[in-house]
Amino acid sequence: MSLTADDVNKIAHLARLGIDKQDVGAYANDLSGMLDLMIRMSEVNTDHVEPMAHPMDQAQRLRADEVTEINQREAFQVIAPQVEAGLYLVPKVIE
Amino acid sequence: MEWETVIGLEVHAQLATRSKIFSGAATVYGAEPNTQACAVDLGLPGVLPVLNQEAVRMAVIFGMAIEAHIAPYSVFARKNYFYPDLPKGYQISQMDHPIVGVGHLDIEIDGLIKRIGVTRAHLEEDAGKSLHEDFHGLTGIDLNRAGTPLLEIVSEPDMRTAKEAVAYMRKLHELVRYLGICDGNMQEGSFRCDANVSVRPKGQVEFGTRAEIKNINSFKFVEKAINHEVERQIALIESGGKIVQETRLYDSVKDETRSMRSKEEANDYRYFPDPDLLPVIIDEAFKAQIKAELPELPEAKKLRFKAEYHLDEESIAILTVTRPLADYFEAVYKKSGCEAKLCANWITGDLSAALNKAGLEINASPINAERLSGLLARISDNTISGKIAKQVFELLWQSTANADDIIAEQGLTQISDTGAIETIIDKIIADNPSQVEQYRSGKDKMFAFFVGQVMKAMQGKANPAEVNKMLKEKLNS
Amino acid sequence: MHTKTLAELSLGLQAKTYSSVELTQFFLNRIDQHQQLNSYITVTPELALAQAKAADQRIANGMSDLLTGIPIAQKDIFCTQGVITTCGSKMLANFNAPYSATVVDKFNQAGAVMLGKLNMDEFAMGSSNETSYFGSVKNPWNINTVPGGSSGGSAAAVSARLAVCATGTDTGGSIRQPAALCGITGLKPTYGRVSRYGMIAYASSLDQGGPMTRSAEDAAIMLQTMAGFDEKDSTSVDIPVPDYRIGLNKSLVGLKIGLPKEFFGEGLDENVAATLASAIAEYRKLGAEIIDISMPNLKLAIPAYYVIAPAECSANLSRFDGVRYGYRCESPVDLTDLYTRSRGEGFGKEVKRRILMGTYALSTGYYDAYYLKAQKIRRLISEDFKAALATVDVIMGPVTPSTAFGIGEKMDDPIAMYLSDIYTIAINLAGVPAMSIPAGFVAGMPVGLQLIGDYFSEDRLLNIAHQYQQVTDWHNFIPTGFE
Repeated sequence: MSLTADDVNKIAHLARLGIDKQDVGAYANDLSGMLDLMIRMSEVNTDHVEPMAHPMDQAQRLRADEVTEINQREAFQVIAPQVEAGLYLVPKVIE
Repeated sequence: MEWETVIGLEVHAQLATRSKIFSGAATVYGAEPNTQACAVDLGLPGVLPVLNQEAVRMAVIFGMAIEAHIAPYSVFARKNYFYPDLPKGYQISQMDHPIVGVGHLDIEIDGLIKRIGVTRAHLEEDAGKSLHEDFHGLTGIDLNRAGTPLLEIVSEPDMRTAKEAVAYMRKLHELVRYLGICDGNMQEGSFRCDANVSVRPKGQVEFGTRAEIKNINSFKFVEKAINHEVERQIALIESGGKIVQETRLYDSVKDETRSMRSKEEANDYRYFPDPDLLPVIIDEAFKAQIKAELPELPEAKKLRFKAEYHLDEESIAILTVTRPLADYFEAVYKKSGCEAKLCANWITGDLSAALNKAGLEINASPINAERLSGLLARISDNTISGKIAKQVFELLWQSTANADDIIAEQGLTQISDTGAIETIIDKIIADNPSQVEQYRSGKDKMFAFFVGQVMKAMQGKANPAEVNKMLKEKLNS
Repeated sequence: MHTKTLAELSLGLQAKTYSSVELTQFFLNRIDQHQQLNSYITVTPELALAQAKAADQRIANGMSDLLTGIPIAQKDIFCTQGVITTCGSKMLANFNAPYSATVVDKFNQAGAVMLGKLNMDEFAMGSSNETSYFGSVKNPWNINTVPGGSSGGSAAAVSARLAVCATGTDTGGSIRQPAALCGITGLKPTYGRVSRYGMIAYASSLDQGGPMTRSAEDAAIMLQTMAGFDEKDSTSVDIPVPDYRIGLNKSLVGLKIGLPKEFFGEGLDENVAATLASAIAEYRKLGAEIIDISMPNLKLAIPAYYVIAPAECSANLSRFDGVRYGYRCESPVDLTDLYTRSRGEGFGKEVKRRILMGTYALSTGYYDAYYLKAQKIRRLISEDFKAALATVDVIMGPVTPSTAFGIGEKMDDPIAMYLSDIYTIAINLAGVPAMSIPAGFVAGMPVGLQLIGDYFSEDRLLNIAHQYQQVTDWHNFIPTGFE
């Protein structure tokens, strides 16, 4: 399986990941190499195998419905690139 | 050509938990921007979600109320997309294994019952809000709402008119409020809906291409938005056009729907199980516990109120909107020993009006069931008249005294002493010869004048039935 | 003082042979003298000395823990309130976390002294420490070779005695592989044993923090502090933490060691194989029984890992968007530009490669063939471990196919780099604990022996490692120039 430069650009857009034009070919090549590794998986029959999402066969623990957090806006926004009036600012969102 | 509309609704109900679904931040509406967004809600690096038990309990209660299958095993998944109000770049939601499976809700349309299928209901986190007022051409992001628990309730495409859609939405609204799992406040966005709308030639089995209308936040708009969308689709098809599957936004100001291209672009959500959360296991014990706590459901309650109390439909509808109100009614009925109708009239009338005016819920009523019962009992046993009762009600509202003390203190006890009433009546007949003449010559309306005069003379304390009876005797003799 | 282990230094502090301030200053001086290794991203002398002073006070008051006053260092993946946490990335080059990781809190409570934050592959993605935004780390045994990764800074610092011990994290071998290449002891605990709260996620279902130390005994002391249930981490396991030192001296007579044939086949350097054979012979002398086993699905670990880890990372790294913290590009023209440039400029090549791979594996039309398939393979691999560990007490094998490779040698061939993780990755997929311990040298470069145990058998692994270290001294060797 090999990916084209066009495929890479599409995936990069889905991931909102800027990629230098001159690197697209190299990424396509690397990803194709990774996909070649995956071929080995398709050779194994897994028809009756349950997918495994977690190493531990455990159930989600539930938390009591209690407010435990206090307002820390100042501490959180000191590290923000751009804030005003307590809001995070981003380029205009068009709906 | 005759067209048929097909509608399915996705309703988002914010669950009335104190804290968020995956963090301990508060969920109170209207706080200063970003003061209720903790490290987890902000998606800071390394922080992790832990599931709120109450959100799970509420979802299960809802599932039981619509007789749905409760999944013994449900899974949270990440729905990936970039948007500034979505801090992690993914929303934690449920995809393949929702907590609530197939159920149903019955609606009434023109006296007929129609069953609407509920495909599923799943838990997810709400996003923040983008504030579009101008910050030098930039958008402001408030993440207070991010992480608020939502129950997304997805219906089957079973509705055929906007009216049915509204009836379904109202029914759902009534149910979640009744169950106490959502405050139902639509202005604040606690209960909102997306509508999937398509049209097809009548008789055709396959569905037409649908458009999804996003974020409708009132019953009125649901109806308008759907009707508009239907008109748009029919007009488009009839003029030779083709419906494209897309997301549209209802603009309530212009009363139209328009395409939301920004949401359309590249909607490959790449769902996969969230590795930070483990499967939610709901065992029989958990279900049994919730079942035991499950309140009598609105439908059952309405039927019982009708059979047990013989109330009219309108009173029943009002009394059963929320559980606290229904409980209040039943408490007053039991304590006062009065007729159900009298109890219902006072609760849906004077009490509701006063609560509305004060902006209070029944739970915060200054007059509790016990004190209202005391008042109604005195009406029932003729100690006071209806008119005096209104005065006593006012005093009950303003003080903490009970009705008997107020009646005694203010000397409001109704006079049933026929001797006292007779004396007054005789005096009034004597003082108003011309009115007596008019009445006796056939002007029946004058009777009310005499009643009024007697009541006035007795400061409203005379037993009205006794006054009527004696007046009739005297005037007709 | 740098030749002493954590256990020995702890005794010295208790006996007041030296103070924590002296010890801390001594290590700060060594860090300063050996900057060429580039093992630290941030050194925190003022904080360290203040903590040392407090530790001395605590020792004087008789309120101390084994770690009180011990100068340690944190992999820069653990958030530390008040000290920049970079995760080896330009994206977080100035990130000051408003909270600390649970692991960091635990060390603070124990009174440990933090010397600084250790270099690492960017977002823990790498096997050579060359993907760090802050430059590659050098292996103290030969500065032209890599220290391994992603916890390369941790391994180099402990190996060169620039910290008594360090934390690491292991997603596909990131504790064990650098420990092997730098000649130290590294333990990846059972998934869920150590809290992941505040540890910046690479692949959430695989990531696990653990100790990187001179000896197994030191690892036991460190793990004692790191392990435990954390209600802030849903994947943290709520079972009691045993006393890890109590069983260190148990005899190994009758110990069943399984050697999977898949670990000793083609691809393993013959000198490394010979070194491992002597190590296993040593175990035989200690009374262990050697059993040949087979784990047929091990060969599927690399493909499954390179689907699952990138898939999880593609979502985990979406939060780095230039909105709330971290790197933001200059003058974005619109929202898409803000995202693509902030992320494009903030992430390095290897991170991008994995985000792209993961995004692809999860996208419509490929999910079943890649992601779901990989999860099923994961089940098969985990069942191989369960079956093997039902018949043997411990599985042994190599950590790496060869000793440390040259800096730059594999940077242009990511696939070759991925293949070097062949012996470590399956362990993370299964979630079992595993260690790397120094087992000898090939041409002057350290070789690690891997010990793999059943879920929550860290105490047993530490015992097995400790017994070996009682009869060998590979773990006491110090690289030339750092004596």
